[in-house]
Formats: sequence, structure tokens, C-alpha cells
Amino acid sequence: MFVRAYVRLLVAGFRRQSTYRLAALGGLVANTTFGLLKVALLFAAIDASGGELAGYDAATMSTYIWISQGLLGSVNLSGRTEVADRIRTGDISVDFLRPLDVHLASITSEVGRALFALIPRGVPAVAIGALLVGMAVPDSPAAYVVGAVSLVLGIVLSAATVYLVGACGFWLVETRGIAILYMIVSGFLAGLFVPIAMFPDWLHTVATATPFPSMMMYPIDILSGRVDGAESLGLVALQVGWLVLVLGVGQLATRAGRRRLEVQGG
Amino acid sequence: MTAIIETDGLGRDFRVRDGLRRKTVVAVDDLSVRIEPGEAVGYIGANGAGKSTTIKMLTGILVPTRGSVTTCGLRPVADRRRLAREVGVVFGQRSQLWWDLPVRDSFRILAAIHSLTPAVERARTEELVERLELDEFLGTPVRQLSLGQRMRAEVAAALLHSPRLVILDEPTIGLDVLSKQRLREFLVAERQAHGTTLLLTTHDMGDVERLCDRILLVDRGSLAYDGTLAGLSRTVGAERVLVVDLASPVPDLLDVPQARHLGSEGGGLRQRLAFDPDTVTAAQVLAGVSEHGEVLDLAIEEPDVEEIVRRVYAGRR
Amino acid sequence: MADLSIAARTAPYRAVLAARIRAQRTYRSNFLLDLASSLLIGLVELAEVWVVFRSVDSLGGLDLAAIVLVFGLADVAYSLADLAFGHCDTLPTYLRAGTLDVFYLRPQPLLLQLVTSDISLRRLARAGVGVVAVVVGLSINDIAWSASAVGLLVLSLASGVATFAAMFVWAAGAQFFLLDGAEATNAFVYGGRYAATQPASVWDRPLKVVFGFFFPMAFAAYLPVVTLLGLPGSEWMPSWLGWCAPLAALWMWGLALLTWRTGVRHYQGGGG
Repeated sequence: MFVRAYVRLLVAGFRRQSTYRLAALGGLVANTTFGLLKVALLFAAIDASGGELAGYDAATMSTYIWISQGLLGSVNLSGRTEVADRIRTGDISVDFLRPLDVHLASITSEVGRALFALIPRGVPAVAIGALLVGMAVPDSPAAYVVGAVSLVLGIVLSAATVYLVGACGFWLVETRGIAILYMIVSGFLAGLFVPIAMFPDWLHTVATATPFPSMMMYPIDILSGRVDGAESLGLVALQVGWLVLVLGVGQLATRAGRRRLEVQGG
Repeated sequence: MTAIIETDGLGRDFRVRDGLRRKTVVAVDDLSVRIEPGEAVGYIGANGAGKSTTIKMLTGILVPTRGSVTTCGLRPVADRRRLAREVGVVFGQRSQLWWDLPVRDSFRILAAIHSLTPAVERARTEELVERLELDEFLGTPVRQLSLGQRMRAEVAAALLHSPRLVILDEPTIGLDVLSKQRLREFLVAERQAHGTTLLLTTHDMGDVERLCDRILLVDRGSLAYDGTLAGLSRTVGAERVLVVDLASPVPDLLDVPQARHLGSEGGGLRQRLAFDPDTVTAAQVLAGVSEHGEVLDLAIEEPDVEEIVRRVYAGRR
Repeated sequence: MADLSIAARTAPYRAVLAARIRAQRTYRSNFLLDLASSLLIGLVELAEVWVVFRSVDSLGGLDLAAIVLVFGLADVAYSLADLAFGHCDTLPTYLRAGTLDVFYLRPQPLLLQLVTSDISLRRLARAGVGVVAVVVGLSINDIAWSASAVGLLVLSLASGVATFAAMFVWAAGAQFFLLDGAEATNAFVYGGRYAATQPASVWDRPLKVVFGFFFPMAFAAYLPVVTLLGLPGSEWMPSWLGWCAPLAALWMWGLALLTWRTGVRHYQGGGG
């Protein structure tokens, strides 16, 4: 019964974005610009390393660059969430009165928004990259499927993790600090700036100890074909593991937060 | 004597997107008006009639599509900065004050902006603070003020540099009765003391009655009436309405002299009577009602702008 | 009107800025937070450059030591420009709320009012990262110190600040046409900042046209460093081009002011 409600939420999150066409176009220009600059730099780096750098060749690096740019609209690396605003204004108490789980509903509409953003931002960015530069793609249909699943998992995981930032609002008056910190750290560790395989060992260890690479880096590696077969399934399993953990924490945090609101008087 | 405002065939069009096509909307059409120094003019009309657009052309924000306009003898667009020293504008919806700074800071900044000498700044600020009673919230950030307080501060800000012309765009909108009263009294006194010219756009007939000697009525961009309020009411035959609450229900008051019965509520407890203020006073109508029953409470409704405007339009067809 | 002294003419702008600075200091905890996050952002951006350059001996003719200097110069110039001009990106907010009209009622030029309407002190922290990078870069690189070397550095830093400032003004002027498309100008303002920290020699021709000459980001740091370190030039970019940084700044300001004027005319519906 509630499934229908969640589906509607997803669709609504989807639809809300369709009004921002001009903004999407502007975003595409931004993606293309950064993409081309990164291509210039990272290709030169690969060239200077004799054709391969940290397991990337030019083709897989190109895939990395364009998919990471395209995912910017879908993976929430800004740290800002609607739930944080609703807690601050007090509207969250209305949400608690509804028969939907606040935690899951919030994540669902965020995912809806993110999935929609793939259309004006995700696909065109990749298309432009493919046209202008060319990129590596998976060579078997199975790899495409695994890649798509990994992509969706990454998006859901990012929505679930950033929810925790917003949930801090149950205890802190101002979540701005945490949101900014999240924004700075998440992008870097998710592999937005450079592939994490290029990190020095200690930094790489730090990154893999967080859910961030699972949001972006792993789906990209699977979709570019850099990682395949059993290893790709292993990455997907890792994503699922993180998702379960983060969802669990989110549930606990929401329940505790709700109790706190009730005690305080909302 | 040079006019404070003079427009000749002033017009302004906008191109708007209507679905897939673009169409041209005429916001102001062939406006020719002359306002002398010291006048108090009410500029009324329905929403979208072109009032804000005209003000923007008077102050140099918008370039006219047709015709010409001169404000304080200057060309608004070309001489905008010189004109800014002569004109003070109060926007009802937009604030000229610095939102998160104390009111006092806004005044200091504005004094610097208008290059007022310290002596003039001090004297003028004191005068305005006293007459608009701003003392209690001079140190409060603007965003924490109530609407009434903010409007008083805005008026003071607009008048700080003692402009020759003051334009007020819906200044009393949303204010309670007392605040409106105080603001109007201040503006009347200011005019008397300094001879400032006043141009006021408003929906509120109370504003017009108490502040203006002349009315410009605009209907879809063009001038429908230019004259006094009394003249307008007479032209249009607008009536005031007396609403009486009676001690006990009374049959419909159909034969109160010189009054027209509009309706009854509560089985005759509350009754509405319309009358022409030129031929009979409210007091006389009230006297007529009192002969039929004891009056507990009463209210008088002024003909609202929409009603007058509607009648003017009806007359123009 | 009497001829006013410099002090009197700048009084309105100083008054607003002073009030803004006072206001920023009163929000202590937020201010500290902003300082800390600016610092962190600067560090992460430096880390990004460092991660790439540590994997190779040299890239585009620059080694790690050289790129640190490039990064530092570009970042300091950007941070200082951002401090004074960064808030010009609030113009879309003014446009949507209609509050730009308030600027028209004041006897000052519109652009000057916009530029002096705020100042972001927290950018100072980010400038700190850049300054450290510059100092480190100057010490670990092999520089033939002379009066002309110092002159080149000072000239490029000043030109870099002016160029980035012009980018902010250009973006603001473009907002009159773009409104919701603000991200398009971000592509060139933030993309430009990113480009300024790169070795332009790795760019292909289209990129060189866009970020080398049209939005002259390469002149902010890369080209001066090439000149300073006596490195060989690359296609279209001879090694002495670093001395032309002031010309690049002039060009960018011309572009910015033209865009601003066109934008304002469009807003007013005028133009003749």
C-alpha cells in the first residue's frame, strides 16, 4: 500500500526538476568546460607516464572524467538537504505526523530528483564527452547491467549518507558547518577531482574507509570497464554493505531525533 | 516656473512570452501630465494599470518606448545620478535600507551617499527621528522591524537628503490604521514645512483623501482622469456606505431619507445603507436610522478605488 | 556641485563597506566557520594538483615545484579578487527581487554600488593557503633573483587580481541575460580559476583560445611562471608572454565593462 506513495514521491521529485531547463543547460556548459580541462591535464599525465597511470589509460580516464561530471547533478556532494531545512523551520513535525517513514521518504524524493537530473545533465555530459573525446565502454551486456545497478546504488547511497548530515539538525542548531565540511570532503574522497587510484596509499586507505568512493568512483570504474568480472561484483557488494549500514544509522538517528523533538516540544 | 514632472506622450511597451509566441504588452500609453512644485498628487489605478512602470520611467530605471519625460528639469535616464539627489522614493515592497544592519547605520550610509555635511546630517536625522518616532528602534536591524516601523524608517531614509520630489509607491499597504494615520500626518506636515512635491501611488482612498489635492487615474496604461478627488467622486457618483449594528432586529430600512438600502444580515440586526456624500452627510443618515431603532455600532465604508475605477471605466465605454 | 575631495567622493562606498565589515565581525562563530572552510577548500584544491603531479616527473614542462608556484599565484590572485568582487554573484538575487532598482535611486554608478556592496573577509583564509604555496614555490624553485624577477612577480599578481576581478564583473553583466542560467557563467569563473592553476601547454588549440586568450586565465600564473623560471614556451605561447599579463587584464576589463553596459541597457529596455 505504501509502495504506491513512495512511487509517487519518486515521480514528484522527478517532475520538480523539469522546470529548471535553463539552469540545466548552464550546468551542462559547466560540465563540458571542466571536463575538457581535466581531459587536457589527465591525458597529458597519462602520456607522461607512458600510456598508463594508476590503472587508467586514456580511454578509461575519459570515461571517468565525463561520467563524474555528468553525475554532479545526481550525487549529492553539496551537503545540503531538504530535511535539514525542514528541521530548522519546524516543518519536520508535520512530516512525522504522516504515515510515511520520514527517513525513507526523504531519501526517496532525493533519489527521484537525482535520477531525473541524469536526463538533462548526466546523459548529455557523457554524450558530449563521447563525441568530442571518445571514451571506453564496457564490452559485455552483463557489464552494462552491473554498471547500471552500481550507478543507481551509488546515487541511493549518496542520498542516504547526506541525509545523516541533515539529521544532525535534530541536535545541532546550525548544520551549516557540517554541510560545508561534507561538501569539501565528500567530493574529494568520492573521486570527483582525481581518481582515488591516484592517491598515495595512506590517502587511499582513508578514502576506502568511507562510503564516498561507493557513490561515484566504483560505478564509474565498472562502467568504464576498468574493473570487471568478479571484481566488479565485489564492488557492488561493498556498495550494498555501505547502503545497509548508512540506512541503519539513518533509521536510528531519525527515531532518536523524533524522540528529542517530542521531548523538546517540537 | 519649471514643472517638477512633465511627460509628453510617454509610453512603454513590454515584449512578453505568451506560450510559444511573443506579444507586445502596452504598459503605459500616451501619458501627458504636468506636475508643479508643491503639489500632492495621487496616482491611482487597478493593479497592472502601469503605475509602477511610470514611476520607473520617472526615476530613470526604465527607458520609455515613446514620448518624453522630464523630472525636476532633468532627463531621468541620462541624468540619473543628478536626479537621484533631488528625488526620494519609497517603495512599499522593496526596501532601501540595509537589511541586516541597524536602522541608524542605514541613515549614516545614506548621509554619506548623498554627501550631507555632518551638521546637516545631524539636524535632519534628529528632525526625522523625532517626527517619525524612530527613537525606540534606531539600533534594531531592519529585518527585525514590524512593517509599520519599517515604513517609517523607509520614509525617513527617502527624505534624509531633503529631496524636492518624493515618490511613494504603495506606502501604506499592509499597515494598521494607527500607523497609516501617523504616516499621513507626517507627510502633510513635511509638505507644509518644506514645500516638497508628493507623488503617491496607492489603492487606499483614505491616503488619497487625506494627502492629495489632485488625482491621476490610470486605466490600462492611459490617463482616465486628471483632477480633484471631489470632482472624481462627483463625476462617478460614488457612494459611501453606512453599516449599522442595531440593538434588536428591525425590518429592512427602506425609507431612510436620501439613503439606499443595500442589504441586511442577521434578520435585520446589521444593515447597509448607501448614500451620496455630496447631498447628505453620514450623520444625517445615522439620524434617520436612529428613528427606527437603537444603534449599537456603526462603520463607514469608503468607495474603494476598484469601485471608482470600475465606474470610470464603465463611463468610458 | 562643488569639487569633492577623494575622501568625500569615496565616503559612500567606505561607509557601506565599514558597515559590512562590522556586521561580519558580529557573527563570530559563523565567521570562524567560514574561515576554516575556506582554508580547507584551499587545501583540498592544492591536494588535487599535488596528487596529479606526484605521479609524474613533469607535466606540460612543469614539475611539482613549479606547479606549486603556479597554483599559489593563481589562488592568491583569485582569493583577493573574490574578497572584493566575489559577491557580485548576488546580482541574480537582486534582479529577481527587484531590489536592483534601489541602486538607481542613489547618485552613484550602478556597478560601483554592486562591487562595494559587500566584502568577504573570510576569503582571507583561502588567500593564506595561496600565500604559503607562493612562498614555498619561490623557495624550492631555481629562480634567478633580480629586480626584473621581482617586478615580474608583482606585475603578474596585480594583473591576476585584476583579471579575476573582471571575470566576476563579466559574470554579473551576463546575468542580465541569463537569469536562471547562472551556472553557465560559473563554468568560466570557477572553471577559469581551475584553468589558471594548470599548465596551459597541455591544452589543445580550442582550450588555448578560450582560457588562454579570450578569458586570459593562463596569464594569471602559468605564463608569468614560465617566464620567471626561464622555461621554454609552447605553441602560441612564447616564453616571454608572462610580461603581457597587464595587457590580458586590460582586455578582460574591457570585455567585462562592455558586457555590463549591454546588460544594463537590456534591463532598462533602452539602447537608443
